[in-house]
Amino acid sequence: MSNKDDRPDMKRREFIGKTVLAAGAASVVPGVLLTVAKAGGENPGVSSDVRYGLLIDTNKCADDCTACVDACNRENGIDVMERPKGQSDDDWNGQRPQWIRKVRLKDMQTGEITNLPMMCQHCEFPPCVDVCPTGASFKRADGIAMVDRHTCIGCRYCMMACPYKARSFIHQNVARQLVNAPRGKGCVESCNLCVHRIDAGDMTTACQEACAKDGHQAIVFGDLKDPDSKLAKLLKKQSSRQIRADLELNTGVRYTNV
Amino acid sequence: MPRSTGIKRFAGMLAAGTFMLFSAGALSDSVVTPGSKASGMDACVAPTAEMRRYHMEYLKHDRDKTVHEGIRGLKNSLAGCVDCHAAKDGNSGYASINADGQFCDKCHNYMAVTLACFQCHRKTPADPGASSAGTAKENQGHAFGLLLDQGESATLTEKERAQFQALVREE
Repeated sequence: MSNKDDRPDMKRREFIGKTVLAAGAASVVPGVLLTVAKAGGENPGVSSDVRYGLLIDTNKCADDCTACVDACNRENGIDVMERPKGQSDDDWNGQRPQWIRKVRLKDMQTGEITNLPMMCQHCEFPPCVDVCPTGASFKRADGIAMVDRHTCIGCRYCMMACPYKARSFIHQNVARQLVNAPRGKGCVESCNLCVHRIDAGDMTTACQEACAKDGHQAIVFGDLKDPDSKLAKLLKKQSSRQIRADLELNTGVRYTNV
Repeated sequence: MPRSTGIKRFAGMLAAGTFMLFSAGALSDSVVTPGSKASGMDACVAPTAEMRRYHMEYLKHDRDKTVHEGIRGLKNSLAGCVDCHAAKDGNSGYASINADGQFCDKCHNYMAVTLACFQCHRKTPADPGASSAGTAKENQGHAFGLLLDQGESATLTEKERAQFQALVREE
C-alpha cells in the first residue's frame, strides 16, 4: 500500500460502489419493466376488491312462480339434458342437477307461507372447499364458490359438507351442452352466479333477470364490497339474515323477511 | 411396336404429373376438415406444426386461467377450436367435432389417444339462436373474425389479417 495515512482508498471505494450499482440495475430493472409491461397489457382477471352476492326479498317471491328456476335451467343448459332410456321418474327427478330451487316454509301455527329461492350461498368460508381432497372445489377471488371439473374426481364430499344442499352430481353421460356450461358424468356442480356473464362484464344473473322481468324484483345481484352498489345500499337499509348464520360461514347470499 | 411419339410421351407425363399434383394436394389438405370454417382460412392461431405438437398444452394453460382467474377470450380456447374446425353436417347444423372422421377424431384415433374434452364440453359451435341470454355474450373476446355472423365471409379482412399475423409473430 502506498497510502501512509489512514484515509481509505477513494478510487477503490468509488469503483466498488459503481460496480454494485450497475449490477443491481442490470438485475432489477428488467424485472421491473417486465412487471410494468405485463400489468398494462394483460387481463388481470378476477380481483378480491369485489365480492359478488345476492339479496333475496322473500316477501316479493311469489308462491306459484318458477321464473328463476326456469331461467337458471335455460342459462346453464340443464333443460337440454336428456333422460336416459329406462330411468324411472324418481331417479330422473331426484338426480337432475338443480342449481336453484324454491324452498317453501309454512308456519304451522299461522299458516303463513314463505318462499326461499335457495342456491349456493357463496360462503366466505365454504365447507365444500374445506373438504375437497383435490382442490377442485374452490373460491374465486371475487367470492364465487365454484367447481373446477378438470380436477373434480366426483367423490361428493362437498355435497355432504354443504349445509344448503346446493350441489348436484351428474350421474350419466350428457349428450348436449352449452358452451358456457360444460357438463359431464362424474362431476359435481352448483350455482356459479352466472360467472360467464360476470366475466363478460354483465352485472345480472339469469335468475335476477327473470325475476325482474316477471315484475317481482325479489332478487338483487351486486357487489357486497362496493358501498354504492344497489345491493350494499339495500343491505344497509333493512335487516337481512344469512341462512344458518350459526355456522358462521358469512354467506354471500342474504335474505330479508324470512 | 407402334412408335412412341413425343406427343404421347408428353401426354403421359402430363397425366402422371397432374395425378401426383392432385394426390399431393389432397394429402396436405387432409388435416383440416372440408366444410369447416378453418378450411377457408390461412392458418390456425399458431403454425400447423406447432399446433399439432402443443395444442393440448396451450389449452391446459388457458383453461386454468379461465376457470380460476376468470380470464376469458384468450387466444387458445376449446370453444375456438370447435368454432373453426367443426364441419357442417349437410343439414343446417354441424357434425360433432369428435365424431368418427371429424377433425379431432382423425388424429386422435390414429394416435390412439383418448380424447376426454367432449365428455363435458360442447362438440359443435354455439347455436346462433340459443335459448339463453348469455349465449350471445359468450362470443365476446374471440378476435380476428374467427367467429362469423351468418352470411359473413369466412376470409379475414386486411385489418384482421394484419392483427392476426402480428399475434402469431408475437408468440
